[in-house]
Amino acid sequence: MTRGPSLAGRRPAAHGARVVACLEEVTKVYHMGATPVRALAGVSIAFETGSYWAIMGPSGSGKSTLLNLLGCLDRPTTGRYLIEGQDVAGLDDNALSEIRLRHLGFIFQSFNLIPQLTVRENIQLPLYYLDWETEASATRAEEMAERVGLAGRLDHRPSELSGGEQQRVAIARALAADPALLLADEPTGNLDTATSQQIMGLLTDLNAQGRTVILVTHETDVAQFARQRLYMRDGHIERTEGAAA
Amino acid sequence: MRPARLVRDIRLGVKTLLLHKLRSLLTMLGVVFGVASVVAMLAVGEGASKEALEQIRKLGSTNIIVTSIKPVEEETATQRTPFGVVMYGLLYDDERRARESFGEIERTVPVKIVRQEGRLGERKLDLRVMGTTADWFELVRRPLIAGRTLTPRDSGERAGVVVLTEYGARRLLAAAHTIGQRLRIGRHYYEVIGIVQSEPGQGGAIQTPDQEIDAYIPIQAARERYGDYFTEIRAGSISREWVQLHQLIVEVDTLENVERVAAGLERMLASFHPKVDYRVSVPLALLREAEATKRRFNVVLGSIAGISLLVGGIGIMNIMLASVTERTREIGIRRAIGAKRSQIIVQFLIETTVLSTAGGSVGLALGLTIPWIIERVAHMPTVVTGHSLVLAVGISLAVGLVFGLYPARHAASLDPIEALRHE
Repeated sequence: MTRGPSLAGRRPAAHGARVVACLEEVTKVYHMGATPVRALAGVSIAFETGSYWAIMGPSGSGKSTLLNLLGCLDRPTTGRYLIEGQDVAGLDDNALSEIRLRHLGFIFQSFNLIPQLTVRENIQLPLYYLDWETEASATRAEEMAERVGLAGRLDHRPSELSGGEQQRVAIARALAADPALLLADEPTGNLDTATSQQIMGLLTDLNAQGRTVILVTHETDVAQFARQRLYMRDGHIERTEGAAA
Repeated sequence: MRPARLVRDIRLGVKTLLLHKLRSLLTMLGVVFGVASVVAMLAVGEGASKEALEQIRKLGSTNIIVTSIKPVEEETATQRTPFGVVMYGLLYDDERRARESFGEIERTVPVKIVRQEGRLGERKLDLRVMGTTADWFELVRRPLIAGRTLTPRDSGERAGVVVLTEYGARRLLAAAHTIGQRLRIGRHYYEVIGIVQSEPGQGGAIQTPDQEIDAYIPIQAARERYGDYFTEIRAGSISREWVQLHQLIVEVDTLENVERVAAGLERMLASFHPKVDYRVSVPLALLREAEATKRRFNVVLGSIAGISLLVGGIGIMNIMLASVTERTREIGIRRAIGAKRSQIIVQFLIETTVLSTAGGSVGLALGLTIPWIIERVAHMPTVVTGHSLVLAVGISLAVGLVFGLYPARHAASLDPIEALRHE
């Protein structure tokens, strides 16, 4: 449908939509030895509060790079990336960590729970780094576990849970610090179809409650859960489809 | 960092380490033995030197001890009088000259040994009696068991009084009730006025002057009643000696003057004695020597212990580096969630410090057991000082921090994207 610049620009201000994250002419160049590799070649897009995006594209299209940039795990080579109005380009490692901690929640394909911690402690992890009081943090972990349907498993270890349950823990952990943006990297990649449906249902619920969700996937049926889709090819946004709300 | 948070971090560290119990235990071993060797070596070293230092200190650091020495046999031939008497040793005049020549000398205490037959009630045996002055008991402190010691008045009046040593009292079967009884020494009678404790053992190179002495009498009495000739019958041969003083203890006013007076004394004696029939010992010099030896000993022990701790520390570092590699993904997850580099460093530092202090505590326990065993099996004195305990704990903390820093920094420097991709 539309290609290129800001969706925010396209959308009338009357809708009152706020932008969570916004890329402006972002490029990312990696150096594989002496050869520079252009992973992103000028990407501009705005993600509105409450939107639900699926980023799609073949491997090597730059969708992982885009997600790493959105997740403040990396910085653009050129261009600007604004998250919650803050330009990432000028920030040091500590400031980037702080943004990840307060504004971003990650959900990974391989769940990425810490094996020696219990479910409760895994969910508490962001709160630990936010220096929450023990009791408040425990209460919050219980709320989050309940929210993802794992109230009874708080004292289990990740290895004692099924894949779907582990991913629920990961979602609870991503939600614990109440971030503005949930980033999911192939969240159903390691799950069977039925479980995938449940996890996607959960993410969709979260979005329905106003949480901004961006997921990367190469499965079309997973992408169908999102309300907007973004197709990447050769470091460019090929096209976007769908509309917010 | 808030204390509650630190406690939580430590608990988490302990929990993580307990996941690999055997590995953690093996990692700790280096520090265990390092700290144990520090504590045990210090205890043994401290025990060995303490006894020697104590003995020397008892001789008095401001004292100079001059002892008469019988010259070796072939040399004595020239000194024999026509009657076959060996003449040697300090003279009454030496004491007078010393006192007159050196203003720094506070007082001198002469010692004259007399061998006579003693008789107390039914007991009759050979006694070694020391003639000395009241000052002896002030310079060479001997705890009183009963009665009193000699006083200046006893010396002045040439009183017939005798103080028994514990050793002498035992030989004579004397006890507290003996005080007031009369002891015959040679042909003279003395009233027993007190019993003092004997000092066993010897202090390094210096023989404590009263070893195997049975009794003390005023020196004036010893000199006038028994004279300076002694006949000893030993293994069928008769040796006759002529000695005025067997020992002279010189007390100097200040520590700074001790060595100078000792040198002066030696020069003075050399000019009046053609043969070296005396020996000047300075407890202070011996004390310094013993302390220097102790310091050298401690440096050697410290180096050995230091090397073992270094080895222990490297062991910890090695395992922690392996652990960082193994937990690369965990580090990536924590970083993605929002942990700062410094927080990753703290996490790993806490783990190494928990390891090393746990090792240190076990090492401390072991280090306290070893001296205990040495004392019982090898019968060597050991002393565990408070500062060696502080040192052990401090060292293990330091080992954890120093050798944990590199792996921790390495962990923190990992790129989160790379770390998350790590299998």
